[in-house]
Amino acid sequence: MRVSVQEDRFELGVEAEAFAQANNKSGAIVTFTGIVRDADQGGLVAMEIEHYPGMTLRALTDIAQSAMDRWSLGDALVIHRYGRLAPGEQIMMVATASRHRKDAFEAAEFLMDYLKSRAPFWKKEILADGAEDWVASKDEDETALTRW
Amino acid sequence: MDILYFAWVRERIGVPRERIESSAVTVAGLVEELRTREDRYAAAFADLSALRVALDQELSDFDAPLDGVREVAFFPPMTGG
Repeated sequence: MRVSVQEDRFELGVEAEAFAQANNKSGAIVTFTGIVRDADQGGLVAMEIEHYPGMTLRALTDIAQSAMDRWSLGDALVIHRYGRLAPGEQIMMVATASRHRKDAFEAAEFLMDYLKSRAPFWKKEILADGAEDWVASKDEDETALTRW
Repeated sequence: MDILYFAWVRERIGVPRERIESSAVTVAGLVEELRTREDRYAAAFADLSALRVALDQELSDFDAPLDGVREVAFFPPMTGG
């Protein structure tokens, strides 16, 4: 299990390949990548991601450990960035490895649901006209946790 | 104790962290104390349903006791992922 909170960008292919190689007896690898999306269609200049340095690593580790405890996983990876990101850049990724695909898919979804609402990150959109908007949490993100 | 603020809460308060002496028994008591201090606190804490709190870096509740707590953090609902 590896958790990384970093400002630097990461290579999706390199991370996915390394994870797959380290778990090549698992049978199933699921990866998910979050990308900075221009919800305003042309208006987004950057996404600023703030986090709570003292809490973030532990919160992510707890979430990843919960996934390891709950499903039959060989391994799990969580990378989450902070700082100023441009549209199209990778924000984060999760990867799960298991014997069968169901565990890997479910655990990856669980990780994503918990990262949305329980990992101490906040996103601010910087728009071309200079406006700044904090991304609001959605009720459905909180509701998503109840299925686990 | 140390009080930390994140995202728009930090912007409304104007500082990322500060040290406060308080005899408040619960988080809600601390919030009440801060609200009466200055308008910027009243603005930041106007709607508690829009806020979350962590005590010593663990998510907690507004009715939680502050006994022995060293670090209180206030922030909006998280938006990771």
